[in-house]
Amino acid sequence: MAEHKKKLLQGNEACVEGAIYAGCKFYAGYPITPSTEIAEGLSVRLPKIGGKFIQMEDEIASIAAAIGGSLAGLKSLTATSGPGFSLKQEGLGYACIAEIPLVIINVMRGGPSTGYPTGPSQADIMQAKWGTHGDHPAIALTPAYVQEILTETVRAFNLSEKYRTPVIVLYDEIIGHMREPITIPEPGELEVIDREKVTCPPDEYFPYDERFEVPPLAPFGTGYRYHVTGLNHKKDGFPTNDSKQINENNLRIMRKIENHKAEIWKNEEVSLKDADVAVFSIGSTARSANFAVKAAREAGIKAGLLRPLTIWPFPDAAVKELAKRVKAIIVPELNLGQMVLEVERCAGGACKVEGIHRVDGEPITPAQILEIIKKHAK
Amino acid sequence: MSARYELRFSGSGGQGMILAGIIMAEAAAIYGDKNAVQSQSYGPESRGGASKAEVIISTQPIDYPKATAIDCMLAMTQEACSKYHYDIKPGGILLIDSNEVKDVPKGHFKTISFPIIETARKELGKTIVANIISLGMIAELTGIVPHEAVEKAVLARVPAAFVELNKKAVQIGFQSAKGLK
Repeated sequence: MAEHKKKLLQGNEACVEGAIYAGCKFYAGYPITPSTEIAEGLSVRLPKIGGKFIQMEDEIASIAAAIGGSLAGLKSLTATSGPGFSLKQEGLGYACIAEIPLVIINVMRGGPSTGYPTGPSQADIMQAKWGTHGDHPAIALTPAYVQEILTETVRAFNLSEKYRTPVIVLYDEIIGHMREPITIPEPGELEVIDREKVTCPPDEYFPYDERFEVPPLAPFGTGYRYHVTGLNHKKDGFPTNDSKQINENNLRIMRKIENHKAEIWKNEEVSLKDADVAVFSIGSTARSANFAVKAAREAGIKAGLLRPLTIWPFPDAAVKELAKRVKAIIVPELNLGQMVLEVERCAGGACKVEGIHRVDGEPITPAQILEIIKKHAK
Repeated sequence: MSARYELRFSGSGGQGMILAGIIMAEAAAIYGDKNAVQSQSYGPESRGGASKAEVIISTQPIDYPKATAIDCMLAMTQEACSKYHYDIKPGGILLIDSNEVKDVPKGHFKTISFPIIETARKELGKTIVANIISLGMIAELTGIVPHEAVEKAVLARVPAAFVELNKKAVQIGFQSAKGLK
């Protein structure tokens, strides 16, 4: 036990602590600012606990290696930033259809392309959902505090194991690089979900057994023989041309997430109960929003904050309900308008929706948000 | 809004400004009884270019992690001083290295000039501890964090072989600032 239980950690260092806490035993990655400290930290930590760290030749190979690590039964992680996240999309889609648990951290920086490596951004919201082609499930988590990066990394592993699907953790450069005091939880303090064990003998095992909503995944190389492919497949994993099978294959990977949205959603609400004007925001921008909401309350304006920690699946229910009882929802985001489109869709005209957007590499300030809150409170 | 005390350490990449910020935040939040967040801004270069670290200290939870109205700013280079002094609040403090910053900005803040890097070279033979001297000076000038907490935080961050050097550096910082207030 360290002398001080409380530590001043960087967001990316908290991610490392979360991965270790969740039982991550395999990391494959390619370094990229502003996510590199995650790779750095795990290269030190994993070998000490019998895990494996490997720096691959690029981002595509990294996610492919992490998929392999996961298939072999190890909780696996890869971390990157925008340009690298673009490259990982091929593997992400593969992990969706082959139903392979995996956690991908994307510390968002300015884009497109190599953009602004050391500046913050929240412009990968839509990429997290639609970056890989085809209809596919998406789970993306959005921590805003250093402590939350730890807990949400643990939750990402839990969800990926529970639903046998890749889970993305999205946070911006500000939170990735900033330091604040956090407490490393004791073992048992946070829930850790491990992969469901296969109970049947190898000759009765099917990796895509349709009798299960989420079929258990047997670790590759333990006597359970099966095929893994990115093609639509039968229950044994081999490719199929049967339209009924293809349909069922595509629908089941969506359904297993869609049916459990309520368990995957997680929102924080700040003084929202009696609010006239609401702010919908994630990450570092939500911290500015929190500041602005408190300042608005001090000025006698009934403002509140809805802060999703799960951005995909999008928190439809919460936004729909909110839109019915506020005058306006303000959506500050470090991009030119991504979440605001989803908020508009959910609001369906029930209230005004206004975005605040910024792409100059600087954060959206509390003053910027307060100004728009005041405008709508009139 | 609860009181926020805002510090900015600025200089050139490689001068240890971010480390100074980290140590100040640790002094306040780990070795002291306050809350603190530290953030930074730097360019894609690994050396050179203006670099800054910001530390917000409060007794309350801290939402916005960046500086809005600075109570005390350190500038170790002219470039950093010219680029970053605008957010110092009226009545705030600007601490500059007197050999580096010749074009001293004007404003409703108090400017304190001291040959920080030269002192590190003359007294300790190592300019690398200039950031630790400046940390000691800021602790003395602002009184926001107790000396003992700053010293503990400095010593916890340095390798064993450099403990004595850094202990001296932080003490030189405390002493140098005493006559300048």
